[in-house]
Formats: sequence, structure tokens, C-alpha cells
Amino acid sequence: MAAAADITLLENSLGVSTLFKQELRYGCREEIVMPSIEAVNLTKQYGDFCALSGLNLKIEGAKCVGFLGPNGSGKTTTLKMFTDLIRPTKGEALINGVNVHTEKKKALASVGTLIETPEIYASLTPREALSMIAEIRGISAEEITKQVETVVAEVHMEEWIDKRVGKFSKGMKQRICIASALLGNPSIILLDEPTTGLDPRGMSEVRDIIKSLKSKNRLIFMSSHILSEVSDVCDEVAMIDHGKLIVYDTLSNVTAKFAGGNNVVEVGLARPVDNQIVTQTITAFPSVVKAEKTDDKNLKIIFKGGLDVQERLLNDIVKLNIGVVSYKAASSELEDVYLKLITATL
Amino acid sequence: MTQTNFETKNIVPGSIAQVGTVMKYTLLDYLRSRRFFIMLIITALIAVLLTVLVGYYRPASFLTDDLSFYSSWWGNSVTFVVILSAIFFGGDAISGEFQNKTGYFGVPNPIRRSSIYVGKWLAAFLASLVMLGIFTVVTVGNGLYYFSGVPYQFAESLIFALVYMVAVLGFTFFFSSLFKSSSMSILLTAILFLFVFSLIQTLVSSLVQIEPWFILTYGSTIIGNVLATPYPPHMSTSSFGPAGRVTLTTFNATIPEGLAIMAIYFAVTAIIGLILFERKEFN
Repeated sequence: MAAAADITLLENSLGVSTLFKQELRYGCREEIVMPSIEAVNLTKQYGDFCALSGLNLKIEGAKCVGFLGPNGSGKTTTLKMFTDLIRPTKGEALINGVNVHTEKKKALASVGTLIETPEIYASLTPREALSMIAEIRGISAEEITKQVETVVAEVHMEEWIDKRVGKFSKGMKQRICIASALLGNPSIILLDEPTTGLDPRGMSEVRDIIKSLKSKNRLIFMSSHILSEVSDVCDEVAMIDHGKLIVYDTLSNVTAKFAGGNNVVEVGLARPVDNQIVTQTITAFPSVVKAEKTDDKNLKIIFKGGLDVQERLLNDIVKLNIGVVSYKAASSELEDVYLKLITATL
Repeated sequence: MTQTNFETKNIVPGSIAQVGTVMKYTLLDYLRSRRFFIMLIITALIAVLLTVLVGYYRPASFLTDDLSFYSSWWGNSVTFVVILSAIFFGGDAISGEFQNKTGYFGVPNPIRRSSIYVGKWLAAFLASLVMLGIFTVVTVGNGLYYFSGVPYQFAESLIFALVYMVAVLGFTFFFSSLFKSSSMSILLTAILFLFVFSLIQTLVSSLVQIEPWFILTYGSTIIGNVLATPYPPHMSTSSFGPAGRVTLTTFNATIPEGLAIMAIYFAVTAIIGLILFERKEFN
């Protein structure tokens, strides 16, 4: 018992993966099925209007994939077909290889969802509403209280856990719905514009939640209009327009391929930096195309290459000892790609 | 930040257990809702009004014997309580899932839509049962005040009222599945039960002189008729007026006919309603 507790403590302090946890606990590696979602020729037709046209997309493994596209492009339609809210006209929506429409219970057994902005029965409290979902998902009676309280804490709604939902604002309801998506430790989470209706602080908190979920062998598929959000949170991006998939690749590959091969990082500094270091030293680093100061304590560096180059560049800049306090991929590159690809299809 | 770190692997419960879950929480929602209190007030008002009026005026039609008391008191008003309860709790039970978007919370989970439908139906039935229960208690209380004992026909009538509640709820759920607008489904169901069915029944039986076996409210006449001795048969009355001889027929469904009409209404509307809900899309 004590040994098990020690292992759990060790696991939590190290933040180890589920796979490694199994090695720690059992000394062997059990084959783990990677979570997957797959659209096979997925089509949705409303009379003459084609909302989604033969979408073929397979996403597999623990990662966060951003699903981008303009209004009416088919993002929500796709997510609704993956959750059986609507039926495909043609094709299949598969979750872990199981057809959502024909075997819904099996397909959605380990899926947390947030589609559009759901309403909760007004007279129920978050504790009751989440307990209902927990019971539907098969969480044991002993676990329900613990899990409900944990997910409510995760969305910072502890104070409201026993208040009736009818009195909640849209943002508060959205947080409870996000909490419901986390119940039962789902291996796949489908989110449709999860930050809709939230204030800036709420949006930031939801992004942090999604980032924290990424480390737990989960596949997160998230539609969004907010490109900076996708850049911040997602590893890969899929873009659709007019019901057709335009591109699906890693974020760095997409920006490298479609934004003239260039990527941009923004560097925040603790103190003002000398111009010469920027224009001569940093610009001379391999793969760097251009480096410039956006103000005294911020730099913008344009470089060619993917994540490996980005990582090396960070190392090189830190070695300069110029007080690096932040380093992040700029969203403007993704925005450029988005505008380029979406305009091209119009 | 708190982080989810559950290591459990959940086994999705069977459909019957999930029906129970949906029923439990929907009923909880109903019992705390404003509409439940409004329906409670309406039921109490009907009961109090009857108690006061009968107590004050002591009408002969009520107080001749115990059967005429239950026939006048219960037979004339219980169908109204049943219809109102079914409209209040079933009128938008399914359409509300679409219009109010509560369906987006429950449906994208490992649960069949049929489990949600049945769970909500049972919750609406239990909430309506509370109203029928209150009205029954007040009726029996008054009956015992005026007469000793409760006639066995009242128990039959109560059972028929329950069957009627099942049928009306089946119908309201069907209408609720037909529309995506809550107000539309509630309004149409109310108009149908409170006006249209009665009107068609009167027109068909009195003027065309066809037994209205296809109208649910015709089947429900057994609730009151069982309290009459002897059980009323079909009756025709002829009279001579300026336009010549006019024959008016009053049809009375027999108990097997009434039960069959209610059972068929429930079976057909429940199945169609369920199919509609299974096929309806959240868009």
C-alpha cells in the first residue's frame, strides 16, 4: 500500500506519461491503443447545400489538433457528426475505429465533448448536472463526488457547485460544460470553440486547462476561430473551407510550407537589449532570416525551418544571456497561412 | 491549478440504468421548476374550488349517493387535471432539448437517444402522477366526508385515469418530438386536447352519427362512465324542429373499447415520437 502511494507520488511529481506509469507499476509495457478519430468520405448535404464534402481526415495519438475554417465551412457540422448530433449523408465518423452513428455508446464511451454552447437543466446545480453525466458515463458511485468536485475546481467554479444553473451567466455555464467534458478521464476530447462566451480571463484559463490535458495521453480536437489560441494550444492544424479539407499538418510544417517557409517567434526580455546583438549576432544565427526589436524588451525573429530549428534558436538566444523571459511562436504566421489558403479557395 | 488525474476505466452502464439516471435528474428538475408549482396551484385550486362549492351549495347531483358524488366530482374534472399535467410536463420535453439546447449537454454522451426519451417520459409521468395523486386524495377526502367508504368503481376509474395519463403523455411526447419549438408543441397539444378533439368528437357523433372511436378523448369517457349505474349505452334522441326530424346520438365507449383506444394511441404515438427523436438532427 505504502509502496503504491510512493509510486503515485513519484509519478505525479515527475508528471510521467500513462505509458511510463505502467512500466513503473508493473515493470512491463502494455500495448496501448492510441486514441483516434477518423472521417471517411464524411459528407453532409442539406438539400442542394453541401455543408461538408467528402472529408477524409485521420487523427491519431496524444496531441491537440486545431480545426480551423471560416463561418459555415463545416467545422461544427463535422464535430456534430462525431457526436451523433447529426447524421452523415454519406461516409463515416469513426472514433477509435468505431462508427459513431451505428455504435454510439461504444464510440463515445471515452470521449468528452463540448459542442456549441449547451444549456443545462435550469433547476439543477452543477453538482447534480455533472453527476448525471458521470452516471451516464459509468463512473462508479464512490468516484462521482470526487471527480465532480475535481473538474469543477479545474474550471474554478467551486463556489457555485451547489447553486442552481438557471442563475448562471453564459460564461459560467460554458465552464460547467467544459467540466463535463473532463469527467471520466476521456482519451478523446472534442471541443467546438471552447472559449466562446468566456471573458479574457476565462479564455486564458480554458487554454491552460487544454494545455494541461495534452500531457495525459489524450487526443484533443478543437475547432476555433481564434488563430492565436490555436497557435498557443495546438500541435497540429486542420483547415477546411466550403466543406473541404485544405490542409492537415503540424503547425510548424503548415506555417513553413504556406507562409513562404518562414516562421516567426516573439522573444520577451527582462531588460533592454543592445541593437548590435539583434542586428548582427542573432541575425547571423543559422536559419534566421531577420531579427528586429519591436520595442526595448521584445524581439521578433523570422527564421526558416520547423520545431527543431525553433528549439535550437531558443538555446542560442538563451546563451547570449540577454535576459530571455518568454519565447513563443507568433500567431501572425498562422494568420498569414489562414488568409492565404482560405482566400485561395473563394 | 487543480488537474484531473483519474485513473479509472469506466464501463458504460446498460440502457435501463441510463433510463433511470435520466429519469432521476429530469424529475428533480421538474420538481424544482416554476411550472411544477404553477401546476400544483392549478390542481389545488380545482380541488379547493370543488370542496368549497359542494360544501356551500350542497348540490343534489353530487350528494344523492356515493357513485353520483364521484361521477360528478371526479368524472368531470380528472381528465382536465390529466391533460394539463401532461401538457405542462410533456409538452416541450423533447422540443426543449432542441430549442433550449439542453440536448447538446446530454446527447453527445455514450447514451442512446431512446434512453433519454424514455427517461424523460417516466419523469413526466411521475410528475403528473403527483398532481393526480393530490387530486385523488382531495376527492377521496371529500367523498369520505359525505359518504362512508369508497365505491369499487372509483378504483376502476382511477386506473382508467392512469391509463389515460399514459396515453396523453405518449401523445404530448409525440408532438414534442414533431417540433423544435417548445411553445409550438405546447400550444398545439393544448389546443388539440382542450378544443379540437372535443369539437371533432361532438361533430362526428352528434351530426354525422359515427362513433368517434379514433379520438383519444372518446376513449377517456370510460373514466366517468364507469361511475354510472348502469353503464351508459349509445343513446339516440329524435326531435322535430322547423327543419324536420333531427336525430342526435350520444356514443359511449365500452370499457374494452376505451382501454383499446387509449392503449393504441399510446403505442402508436410513443413509437412515432421515439422514431422522430432518433432521427431529428441538432442543427
